[in-house]
Amino acid sequence: MNMKFSLGPVLYFWPKKKMQGFYQQAAESNVDIVYLGEAVCSKRRELKFDDYMEIAHMLREAGKQVCLSTMTLLEAPSELRELRRYCDNGDFLVEANDVGAIGVLNENKLPFIAGAAISIYNHHSLRRMVNLGMKRWVMPVELSGDWLADLLAKDIIKDVRSCFETELFSFGHMPLAWSARCFTARSEQRHKDQCELCCIKYPDGRVVDSQDGQRVFVLNGVQTQSGDRYNLINQLPSMRDTVDVVRLSPQSEGTFDWLEKFRDNVTGEAPQTLDKNDCNGYWLKLAGMVQHVG
Amino acid sequence: MELLCPAGSVPALKAAIENGADAVYVGLKDQTNARHFAGLNFDSGTLAEAVTYVHQHGRKLHVAINTFAQPDKYDQWTAAVDAAIKAKADVLIVADIALLGYIAERYPKQEIHLSVQASATNAAAIDFYQSQYGVKRIVLPRVLAMNQVRALAHTTNIDLEVFAFGSLCIMAEGRCYLSSYMTGESPNTAGVCSPAAHVRWEEENGVLESRLNGVLIDRFQPEERTGYPTLCKGRFEVAGEVYHPLEEPTSLNTLDLLPQLYKEGIKSLKIEGRQRSPAYVAQITRVWRAAIDSVLAAPESFTVDADWQRVLANLSEGSQTTLGAYHRTWK
Repeated sequence: MNMKFSLGPVLYFWPKKKMQGFYQQAAESNVDIVYLGEAVCSKRRELKFDDYMEIAHMLREAGKQVCLSTMTLLEAPSELRELRRYCDNGDFLVEANDVGAIGVLNENKLPFIAGAAISIYNHHSLRRMVNLGMKRWVMPVELSGDWLADLLAKDIIKDVRSCFETELFSFGHMPLAWSARCFTARSEQRHKDQCELCCIKYPDGRVVDSQDGQRVFVLNGVQTQSGDRYNLINQLPSMRDTVDVVRLSPQSEGTFDWLEKFRDNVTGEAPQTLDKNDCNGYWLKLAGMVQHVG
Repeated sequence: MELLCPAGSVPALKAAIENGADAVYVGLKDQTNARHFAGLNFDSGTLAEAVTYVHQHGRKLHVAINTFAQPDKYDQWTAAVDAAIKAKADVLIVADIALLGYIAERYPKQEIHLSVQASATNAAAIDFYQSQYGVKRIVLPRVLAMNQVRALAHTTNIDLEVFAFGSLCIMAEGRCYLSSYMTGESPNTAGVCSPAAHVRWEEENGVLESRLNGVLIDRFQPEERTGYPTLCKGRFEVAGEVYHPLEEPTSLNTLDLLPQLYKEGIKSLKIEGRQRSPAYVAQITRVWRAAIDSVLAAPESFTVDADWQRVLANLSEGSQTTLGAYHRTWK
């Protein structure tokens, strides 16, 4: 089995120029799969649907598999209309980050990818998703390598193992929660209705530390991320039997350097020393924030 | 409009019924529910007792089996479903697609309510659960504003249940992994949030510190009121400022919205707190019974009684209450 690498959707709010530059780099990189689209906040509109489609075609011409990522917390009817546009794109596979998207795709008999915020915790849920047309799933970030191995070893999954792929969020600040409240706006003492899209000032989100200086969370609009950066580069060899696609979540700097480092360490030949604020606990069945060395 | 009250024990259940609950929801003594706390919940014996008692009083019993089944213990979750149905529970509250499918196929007549842990916040998600699994009612997440609740009431043909009072989850439930990030245990994987086994209190020079798995959640000066270190309600630092970046310690209280919820045809008002004492359940049930009776009798002239608010404030986290996301300015 040949391990593939993907770039998740950009979770932060970047200016249009930065986004276009990032995807130009993606086109020139040796990433296999690129996810595109706004998955966090529908008020962020530096890139509109048509801009994303233009980038999608450019990436496809560069030989990448392109998938469209949909919003995670869907509330307003206008967000559902936008969701339908993504689902009806006619060209690209869609990552459903809310069950509502699975419903829409299933109604239209379209295949889908189940994103990490879809609660698939066991073999029966996974099998039901396969039956509904799921072609790939991104495991919930809080689950471990052992959990994944247990799940994939069940007979009802082995029967359909060739019908879907397993993707793992392996690098970047993990999305841990979504709220109606915008925490970036709150950090600037604004209400969400008057946010003035202030999250554009924070291309890596806003850092939250404990009162004694420990990194706790990163605020990214309505999304709360892990304070530490998840970095499973040294665990890649342990994924060989279970993970088909390794996801890197775009960071404002250095994403493509890390992509190369990840590729170089697929068989464990080029391990890396982790940064102080890297963690790998979840995969190792520990608290997510833990950095286990060795 | 139903008043649905929590019970973590037989005495709490009796307190709820005696004080006017139309229905009570409970969980079993294992990881299958999202309040998996020591000394709490029902085994097969007390569940049977609960059903008998509730039915004798002409009320309903809901059983929450609302965590996500683990691959190596899957049978524990289906056994919980089988046990609740055997005990003649009126309703199962479920989030996991695996269990929804199991119930829909094996017990097609069983009434299912979609747990808030399934995080159905929009009409498309509601349609999915309704058409795939025959879900009869949706428990709406606490992230929706009143105008969004109203829109769902108008665009869907399913029964809606909303949280009326109690601890305020500010994150979309069922998709929050903050607790496992810090402790290894979350609502989805272990039925707990900010679990007590990881809490440590330390006092130095009169300043009290609360920690969760070693992470400093808050520091209290001698004159400050202390609170349980629920991690989303901690005081942290952002760009040099110390405040509550996510939420203050506060409880949800929707008494002011009661006439609107009634007008939109909301089927059920849920009181949070299966972990609370029988005395708490009794007091809270009494207030909400009186409030609902008042709105049912004369919805147009409903006013919130000052005594109700006083009782509820005393029962609230940090003595503070909020309308939460129901009110736009909270966001």
